[in-house]
Order: sequence, then C-alpha cells, then structure tokens
Amino acid sequence: MKKVLIPLVLFIGLVVFLAVGLKRDPREIPSPLIGKPAPEFSLFTLEGDTKFSPADMQGKVWLLNVWATWCVACREEHPVLVAFSEKNQVPIVGLSYKEIQPQDPAYKSPFDDKLKLARERSQVWLKRHGNPYVTSVMDLDGRVGINYGVYGVPETYVIDKAGVIRYKFVGAVTPALLAEKILPLIAELNKS
Amino acid sequence: MIPELGNFALMLAAVVAVMQGVLPIAGTLVRNPQTQITLQSLARPTAALQFVLVAFAFGALAASFLNNDFSVLYVSQHSNSLLPKPYQFAAVWGGHEGSLLLWVLLLSLWTVAVAVFSRSLPLDMVARVIGVLGLISVGFLLFILTTSNPFERLLPAALDGKDLNPLLQDPGLVIHPPMLYMGYVGMAVAFAFAVSALMSGRLDAAWARWSRPWTVVAWTFLTFGIGLGSWWAYYELGWGGWWFWDPVENASLMPWLVGTALIHSLMVTEKRGSFKAWTVLLAIAAFSLSLLGTFLVRSGVLTSVHAFASDPKRGVFVLIFLAVVVGASLTLFAWRAPRVALGGRMELVSRESFLLANSVLLVVATAAVLLGTIYPLIIDALNMGKLSVGPPYFNAVFAPLLVPTVFLMVPGSVARWRDANVRDIAFKLRWTFAGALVLAVLLPFVLGGWSLGAAFGLFLGCWVALGTAQQVIERVGKPGRIGASFWGQHIAHFGMAVLVIGITGVKCYEVERDVRMQIGDVVTIAPYTFRLNSLDEVRGPNYKAVRADVQVLRDDKVIEILQPEKRRYFSSAMAMTEAGIDSGFMRDLYVSLGEPLDDARTEWSMRVYYKPFVPWLWGGVLLMVLGGVLAALDRRYRK
Repeated sequence: MKKVLIPLVLFIGLVVFLAVGLKRDPREIPSPLIGKPAPEFSLFTLEGDTKFSPADMQGKVWLLNVWATWCVACREEHPVLVAFSEKNQVPIVGLSYKEIQPQDPAYKSPFDDKLKLARERSQVWLKRHGNPYVTSVMDLDGRVGINYGVYGVPETYVIDKAGVIRYKFVGAVTPALLAEKILPLIAELNKS
Repeated sequence: MIPELGNFALMLAAVVAVMQGVLPIAGTLVRNPQTQITLQSLARPTAALQFVLVAFAFGALAASFLNNDFSVLYVSQHSNSLLPKPYQFAAVWGGHEGSLLLWVLLLSLWTVAVAVFSRSLPLDMVARVIGVLGLISVGFLLFILTTSNPFERLLPAALDGKDLNPLLQDPGLVIHPPMLYMGYVGMAVAFAFAVSALMSGRLDAAWARWSRPWTVVAWTFLTFGIGLGSWWAYYELGWGGWWFWDPVENASLMPWLVGTALIHSLMVTEKRGSFKAWTVLLAIAAFSLSLLGTFLVRSGVLTSVHAFASDPKRGVFVLIFLAVVVGASLTLFAWRAPRVALGGRMELVSRESFLLANSVLLVVATAAVLLGTIYPLIIDALNMGKLSVGPPYFNAVFAPLLVPTVFLMVPGSVARWRDANVRDIAFKLRWTFAGALVLAVLLPFVLGGWSLGAAFGLFLGCWVALGTAQQVIERVGKPGRIGASFWGQHIAHFGMAVLVIGITGVKCYEVERDVRMQIGDVVTIAPYTFRLNSLDEVRGPNYKAVRADVQVLRDDKVIEILQPEKRRYFSSAMAMTEAGIDSGFMRDLYVSLGEPLDDARTEWSMRVYYKPFVPWLWGGVLLMVLGGVLAALDRRYRK
C-alpha cells in the first residue's frame, strides 16, 4: 500500500459518511416514548365541559397534534392538516399547548378565566384557518406536554390501537411526510 | 426583462466556463505546436469574457433588488421596500442563491487577476491554472442554474418582500461574506496552481514562488472574514461570546488552519525545494475544506445557527461536485507525487524541521476540528444515536494542539535553514524566555488574580511578542534593505501574540452578571457601576425598538452612557439584540437587553458584562491582516 494513496482513501471514507448523512435529518429527534404506551391524561376539551383522555381512542389508530395559536410554524402546517382531515383517513386530536404564554397579561389570572380565554382564542383561530381536529384538549400549564416530551410546537404523534406511540415528528408536517411516512404507517397499523 | 437578461448571461457564462476549462488544458495535451499555442492562448480571453458575463448577471440581480422587483422570487424572499438601500444591495448575498452568485463572481474575479498578473509565467502553466479555475466555475454555475437560480420568477408578484433576515442587517455582516468568500475562492487559486503543477509533472521551486503571493492574499482575506464574523457575533447576538464552535465557524476555521500551514510550507518549498508533496497536499486540502464547508452549510446535514434552507437536491449536487473535484485531485496526487524528486536534505533541527512540525500540528488541529464537526453525522450514519459535540470537546482538544504550535513560532523563525543547533537557539533566546516567564508570573497579579491558566497563556503570548521584537530589533540593527515580507511575517506573528494574550485575558478575567433590572437599579462590577436610567421606545426605518439608557459610573463620575436595544422588525416577529458596548484599550463594558419580565415591560433581564482584552482579539486579527497585506506586497512577487 502506497503512502500517497492515504489521502484519497481517507477522503472516500469521508464522502461515504457524508452521503449517508445526507439522507438523515439532524432535526429528527428520537423519542424514548416510541414503542411505549402514550402517557395517560384527562383534560378539558376545547368544545365544552367534557374531558378527553387517550383511553377514549382505544381500538383506533389516531394522531395527536400539538399546536397553539401563537405558534408561527403551526400556521404553515395547518392547511396541510386541514386538507388531510378532509379525507377522513385517521382522526386527529389536537393538544393545545400552553395557549396562554408567560408574557401574556392573562397568565396570572385564575384557571377558569384562563381556560375561557384560551378557548375563545383557539376557536376564533380554528374558525379562520379551518379545524382538522375531531377534538382538541387544553393543556394550559403544559404538564401533559412534559409527559410527552414536547420539544417544540408543532409536533405530531402516531398512536396505535393499543394506545402505543409509534412515531413522533417535530416541526411542521408536510404533504410529502404524510404521503411517504405517516399514511403507510397508519395503513400498516390498521391491518394488525 | 432585467432578470431574464441576467439569467441568460449566467447561461452564457457557463458555456464560456466550459470553453475556459477544456480548451486551454487540451492545448497542453496536443502535439502540434501551432494548435498548442492557439488553444492555450484562449485561456485569458475566455476568463475575461466569463468575468464580464458573471458580473452582468450579478448586476442584474442587484438591479432587481434596488428596483424592488418582487416578481423575482429571490428578491421577494430577501428584501423589502422599507429596507434601507445599502442593505437592499447587500441582500443580494443575503440568501443561498445570491451568495453562490457572489462566490462565482469572486472566482471569476480571481481568475481575471491571475490572467493579468501572470505575465512572467510560461503560457502552458497559465493555460492549466486558468483551465482548472474554469472547471471549478463550471461546477458552481451548473449548481446555480440547476438547483439555485436566483432569477426565478414569482407569479403573481408579491406586493412586498419578506425582508432581509434582521440578523444580516448590519454593516459587519454586509462585508463578512464577501471577505470570507474571497478567502475561500482564493484558496481555489492555490489549488489550481498545485493541480497544474501535478499535471505538468514540474513540481519545482518556481511553482511554489508563483503560488505564494496568491495564497498569502487568500489567507489574508480569510483571516479578515473570520475576524469580522466573530466581531459581529460578539456585538449582535447579545451573549457576549465571540466564538461558538458552530459547524459553520469550523468550516471557515479549517481552511484557515490548513492555509496557515500552506503559506509556511510553500516558503520551505520555494527556499529549499523540500516538502513538495506535502505542500501540494496542503494546497489541495485547503480548497477541499472550503468546498466541504460549502457542503456542510448548504446541505443541511448539520444543524447550525447559519441554517440556510436545506434542500436535498442541493446537498447531493455539492457532494458529487466535492467528490469529483477532490477525488480527481487526490488521484492525480497519488499518481504524480511518487515521481516528485526529493528536495534538499534537512537536519533534525533546522528551520525546515520547525516549520514541518508546525504544519503537522496545524493539520492535526484541523483534523480534530473536522472530527468534532462531523462526529454527530458519523454517529448518526452508523445508527449509533444522535448527539452533538460542544465547546468542551473543542476547547479540550484544540488548545493543547495550539500551545506547541504557538511556542514553536519563535525558535522556528530564529533557526537557520538546513542545519541549526539547539544550543545556539536556546542561547539566543535565553533572555526572551526569561522575560516572558517573569511577565507571565507577575502580570496575573496586576490583572486580577493569579492562576496557572492565565500565567500559561500570558507566557505564550509574551514569548511570541518578545521573540518577534527581538528579531525585528536585531534585523533593523543590520545594514541592508528590509523587504516588506520581513515586516509582514513579524507583524502577523505579533498579531498572533496579541490574539493569544487577548484570548487568555477574556477567558480568565471576564465577569458576567445576568440580572433583572428596573429603572433606577444598579449593578456593580468593581470598579464600575451600571445604572439603568430609562427605557424608551424608538423607531427605525423598518423596526421598532426598546432602548435602554445605562449609565456607567466610575468613582461616582459618569464615564459612558450605553444604549443597548431590543429591536423588533416589522417584517418578521424576530427580536434582535443590539448590545451597548464601551470599548477601551484594555477592556469592553458590555450591556445587552434580555427579555421583559413583567407585563408593563418595566423590568428586564439584562446581561452586564465586564470583558477585559476583547479589543485585543480584534487588534490581533487586524495585525495579522496587515502582516498578510505587507507580505503579499513584497517586491519579489512583482515581476
């Protein structure tokens, strides 16, 4: 083996890694919750004084989508979700995450006032941009978000019939992601 | 119409670049002497024509920006009718597409410079160098035309643009990319010389002499560009940091380290005819690392603060281009290098051996930075999880490698060529060494507390500074004209000393207070007292801001009023921090606004920092730049 070939060999090795790396998304964060049961919760819904918990979806494959009216990327994602929901392929549950932010004047008001305000705002927003959700739950203090390891809004989880998280995506869902990743996964989960 | 003309000019430029890349090099391969000369003579005119066409395209894009032509997609994404005119022009390189166009413009500018300043070179060498530069240009022009066309139309046109990223609306950032690109692209010239030398099989002292001024100029631009980026991060990001080991910073540091090794190695090759293969390899590596940096930034394989919108097609293109350019040149190297004759002999202790040791250390440091930068990618590619590599790794690995490099700067420039004697060198430098040691032991007491780290850093800085001074004094005492390159070398080395002292000072003696403040509140960092006097709403051309008035007192006298701002640009929700800085010779006082902590926005989190020696960082960089300029101006090169 000649010494002069060493740089070339090292470089080829580097290119191989770069080529593989190109297929990976550095923003795709693995979640330790994948393959684990979705954390249980019971929260007020957006629509009225009913509560929702993941157990209600037992036997169905469903999506949990974390959103908020203050979230800029959600506005970008929203039309995609609305168009997707119109095809009725899978129920989408919204998780309204910390709707009232700490810098908001209403942040320190009592829980009931906050809930009322958050509902008003969210409903106005959904009326304007369309509502893809079968229901949306109000995670005002973000505790459920912590249990799910919410990393940034928006986030989307695919949960199977047995209530196990199968997939998590951080960031705005794109039509390509739905078509290439999420729909095939849902089809597969529906079969079993 | 103007954008279409620009687009057309760019296509023509690509055609001309192909001619420039193929015909002159073909001219060095054909047998017939008449055809040889005809083809080789095409190098200069095609280079000039390509430059004119690319400059026209660049002008067309700039005109679209200045005319607020929001029917051009790129303009609508990076400008706004409210944006001040100078920034509208600078917005040309405010995004991916335009910055690539700037890259190509600078590349063709360098090529024209080579065409003009190569009168003393043999024609076949000119043909090869300009040909190689033409081939590189082909790659970039195709990249622009196929994946990143800045002239793409938006129909229907936008009413107004999305505005230039507020982070880039700053004089420092307006000139940072052009300077950095001048450095990167300049390394392409050194690369072209190396590849041409390999092609011709004449890897001799003449090649090294031709490459040297070009490499020094490229290095100088790169130094200035990196310094500007660091300076900008310091006052604009509002954390008071000046180097973050971000992948994109590393992408510029790596060619700089290898470029530094290259200018020293070229000197040995020119003077002594040794290390030829090593020097060629460094020249290939410096440009390859510039390309690798482009790949890392543009493909989105790594997360970075410089995140350009990532597009997989772009990543694939740059990777293929990188593989072709670097793969071909390294293959050429493996084929030709064994035939290169060994140069003059060198002894174990000689100026050559010191310079070789230094360039090896610099290359190892580069490898360490490269490894840290792409390690997350390798681990991910091997399915071993996700991780990130942070400053602790870089500091732990980089500093120990730079310490011997900096230390060797002095004996390296004192030692004789060919055969030196350790005892002679030690004897000559004994007082310098003692002086640096005394200063290192005593200075920390003056600066605010003794620590081993501070003493060590100061020793290195003083050692280089005193060693440089000693050599300058000795040389001035002797008769004979002193060349500009002598001054260049020693000023640049002195700049390095200033930089090392600056880094040591900031790291060891900075005081950072993150506090909450209301109007009237006071923070004291002895001997300075900072008082928040008022908070006002102010309006800029395309933003609104909260401006704080912070009085700085010393001995109960007001010495300065700092006015940090928190800006909110109309076009994006992004909040921008403008730090208030008072710079002295020895220290910066740094105040920046964090976030409002209450609804009435009367209480804010604030950063109040005492930053000793920060001006020395910029001073050190400027001295290195000055040194580079002087070295490039040396009379020897103007023949």
